[in-house]
Amino acid sequence: MVPISYYLFLAAALFCLGMFGVLVRRNALVVFMCVELMLNAANLTFLAFARMRGDSAGHVSAFFVIAVAAAEAAIGLAIVIAVFRSRGSVNIDEIKTMKH
Amino acid sequence: MNIEQALFGAFAFLTLFSATMVIFAKSPIHSAMALVSTFFFLAGIYVLLWAHTLAVMQVLVYAGAIMVLFLFVIMLLNLGEEPSGPRLTLTRIIGGATALGLFACLAVALARIPSTVVDLGAQAQTFGTLETIGKAIFSTWLFPFEAVSLLLLVSMVGSVVVAKSRI
Repeated sequence: MVPISYYLFLAAALFCLGMFGVLVRRNALVVFMCVELMLNAANLTFLAFARMRGDSAGHVSAFFVIAVAAAEAAIGLAIVIAVFRSRGSVNIDEIKTMKH
Repeated sequence: MNIEQALFGAFAFLTLFSATMVIFAKSPIHSAMALVSTFFFLAGIYVLLWAHTLAVMQVLVYAGAIMVLFLFVIMLLNLGEEPSGPRLTLTRIIGGATALGLFACLAVALARIPSTVVDLGAQAQTFGTLETIGKAIFSTWLFPFEAVSLLLLVSMVGSVVVAKSRI
């Protein structure tokens, strides 16, 4: 039996790795991937607490997180395509203003 | 050390290793492939947590659908490797310090959580199955479920509107 706190530590480490990527990387696509890592860390926390309490509401929450992540990926990638079309770059240092 | 602990250790190490590869890979394609393997190893962790249905959804939706979308966009934009600048910039130092600080705070908070696990007992056969989650979604969580379906419809229409050059 693995203690639940190990799963929570793993989720915390994954979340911090994702946050580090969001803060450090300059490529908008990789920043999106790091946001997905953070969402997965949140999912892992939900599932760990669901197992700890024997309550399947955590599973339903994780299901909703997956659905919202899918919607976010679709919209975010569409914005990345639109920005690339107008600026020719996905480097978030070069995208400082809303004007073009 | 029993088989569950060994599996957890292996999956946890591989998950963190692939997540690190996502951040430090030079080309976005390599980041995306590392992200796919992160999702697969996380699905293994979910199975260890008795969340079989969520593990299947993780592989189908994340590693399947979302990553195909990512790879499609990366190949559409035809991005090459980033030019490598100085390795240790102020942004990276501050980002690393922030991430480490957050992990330290979370670790202090998580260390206080008692690691007692509820004995599933009678529901051990049904916990985490598709039937249990489906019953919960279509009774208690019906309204959020419908709201999510509306959200997906709106995001589908919105992504077409945003990405299309002329409408």
